[in-house]
Amino acid sequence: MSGLSMFYAALLYVAAGVLVAGLAVKIRQYWTTPAPLKIAVTPAPTTQAGAWLRVGREAVLFESLFYSNRWLWIFAAAFHAGLALVLVRHMRYFVNPVPEVVVLAQPFGVYGGMAMVGGLLVLLARRFVIDRVRYITRPSDILMLLLLIGIGVSGYGMKFANPTDIVAVKAFIMGLYVFDIRDLPVEPPLLAHLFMVALLMIVFPFSKLLHAPGVFFSPSRNQADDPRERRHLAPWAAKLEG
Amino acid sequence: MALKPVAPALDDLPTVPSLNPGVMGGLKSYVAVKAHQEPLGFPGELVENWEQAAVAKMGELLGKYKSLRVYLDICVKCGACTDKCHYFLGTGDPKNMPVARQDLMRDIYRYYFTPAGKALGGLVGAKPWTRERLDDWYNYFHQCSQCRRCSLFCPYGIDTAEISMAAREIMDSIGLGQKYCNEIIGKVHKIGNNLGLPEPALIDTLEGLEEDVKEDTGHDIKFPLNVVGADVLLVTPSADFFAEPHVDGLIGYAKVFHQMGLSWTMSSYASEAGNFGMFIGNYEQMKKISMRIRQAALDLKVKRIVFGECGHAWRVAYAFLNTLAGPFDFLDPKYPVPQHILELTRGAILSGALKLDPSANADKIVTVHDSCNIARATRMGPEPGSQFFYPRDVLKAACPKFVDMHPDTTHARTFCCGGGGGLLTDELIDLRIKGAKPRVEALKQAVDQHGVTHMAAMCAICKSQFTKVLPYYGYDMGMVQSVHQLVSNAILLGGNS
Repeated sequence: MSGLSMFYAALLYVAAGVLVAGLAVKIRQYWTTPAPLKIAVTPAPTTQAGAWLRVGREAVLFESLFYSNRWLWIFAAAFHAGLALVLVRHMRYFVNPVPEVVVLAQPFGVYGGMAMVGGLLVLLARRFVIDRVRYITRPSDILMLLLLIGIGVSGYGMKFANPTDIVAVKAFIMGLYVFDIRDLPVEPPLLAHLFMVALLMIVFPFSKLLHAPGVFFSPSRNQADDPRERRHLAPWAAKLEG
Repeated sequence: MALKPVAPALDDLPTVPSLNPGVMGGLKSYVAVKAHQEPLGFPGELVENWEQAAVAKMGELLGKYKSLRVYLDICVKCGACTDKCHYFLGTGDPKNMPVARQDLMRDIYRYYFTPAGKALGGLVGAKPWTRERLDDWYNYFHQCSQCRRCSLFCPYGIDTAEISMAAREIMDSIGLGQKYCNEIIGKVHKIGNNLGLPEPALIDTLEGLEEDVKEDTGHDIKFPLNVVGADVLLVTPSADFFAEPHVDGLIGYAKVFHQMGLSWTMSSYASEAGNFGMFIGNYEQMKKISMRIRQAALDLKVKRIVFGECGHAWRVAYAFLNTLAGPFDFLDPKYPVPQHILELTRGAILSGALKLDPSANADKIVTVHDSCNIARATRMGPEPGSQFFYPRDVLKAACPKFVDMHPDTTHARTFCCGGGGGLLTDELIDLRIKGAKPRVEALKQAVDQHGVTHMAAMCAICKSQFTKVLPYYGYDMGMVQSVHQLVSNAILLGGNS
């Protein structure tokens, strides 16, 4: 067992811990903060089930963005759908035996990675080319895109430029589950890839990546349009009742 | 040195301006003084330790409003909202882009409330309080009309209105209120309406209207005030009592009630539909103003509450009244609480109880301006979208020629008139003219292509704003009509008087 393996094992444990605990804290915060008024943007569904369907369309189809900015929608969708495929493809490193669906997804995952990196490159270019977007861009917005692009490019580095012993990688990961630190292949693309993934996991609960859980808590989208039919009263507002 | 405000040249739809940083930075609405602040329980002037006080207030609001809590975290700066705000489209000032307006608060939030902001500072855009940033807050959070067009287009529904309301609430709490809103709220508490019309003036006005309408129509149309035991309490914006074209709308409501044979009344105690408590984001003020309506309904022993034509008033009434002043279990459960006057009028037209003769409006080609608050925060009937087709059904029944403006500027995508959200004040006229630009461009297209002569509005602020700013663009203020003014022209009276 090398020092490098120890370092990466520790890094991934910390990253996973920060990701899970950080998200738990934020989701709890979003969940428990009251929404004192009905503020659904209308026309809105009149039932709660309808409102969740609306949120589902936002989360899966990016419905509002589709009507807002078609070009942005195309590249945002390419990135996110690509990322989803890549994540499914990567399941093979995390579960044993590998489910049939993950096996079937393998070739698509490669294209998914291309869509992901391609989408990200356009999203990055927008931040320099469009004056309005340049104005609202903070350094962290660019670093976040570079981090994701770095993860994608280092992934391809393993696949095409510097083939990695993925059997050993899987053994390393499966070992982490049982606190058995096995040897990680010393391949620069792999080490860079894992390092950046760990960084992304650590950054996640402290950054704008909170849009992923946050979209489900947006009152303008997840509320039913029924204020005349049902009286809505937050606990702190109830205390003001005379 | 006051320059005469000039309207910008109109473009074809849609046009996104290039950035003109800081061009609106100096535009500042008058700050509230002690006499406006203290009756509302706000400090009379900027408190000494305002930085800490503002951070403490922000912390309080983060715990009370899920919207603020979530929206300050989750913006990804995608830029989808950047070309959606009428104030940005009209001015080109980048701080009028919704995300940049939010960032005025988000930068402060990051600095004081997030680990990333504390650790990384400017890298994530975190910024501490400075007097300059507070001035930016004051100026630019009073260049937002809380119309929520940005929220419609945001992939997460981030609502800049929620942010600007919270910002105004924070500023009020540290003694930096806006004169226009806070003075008006004081008048409501003291007198009962935004304009400060006392009961004798209302009685006088309404008697005058009865005489005028009698002269015009030969019918005894009543404008009842404080009638105990009436069935319907009408709550309408106080501008309806005398402003043009608002008052013609009030005459229209009276004719509708008369023709439907409904017993109705207005209240001098609750002689205001508007609720500026929303504009300043203050729940307690909004509740206090709303409770006047509940009290009036109880005192007058009415069975129903109906609201007149007003955008933000209908938002507070439709979406918040049940929360703020409910439950309304003492009213007749057969009717929604509250109802919009257009629900009554449309229903009566469909049932045949109201007969309209559209030839009375044959000289007009009419279009309609969807008020932002009605379009994006309410309904009128049971179906989503009824806020759009109810007024159109009524207008089509009252007018032989009706055309809609460009679909990117109507229904849910409607543009604010440019004067909503507590900005309808003279010192902001430059912003109001420029903010109306997208709407006027769509109107111009309808005028040029379809010969539109009149634009119907269903909001007191829209009506006041358009009559004021349309002349800057070369259009006559008389183009602006109340929806119920057109009904009033066309209604066939008689039969049951």
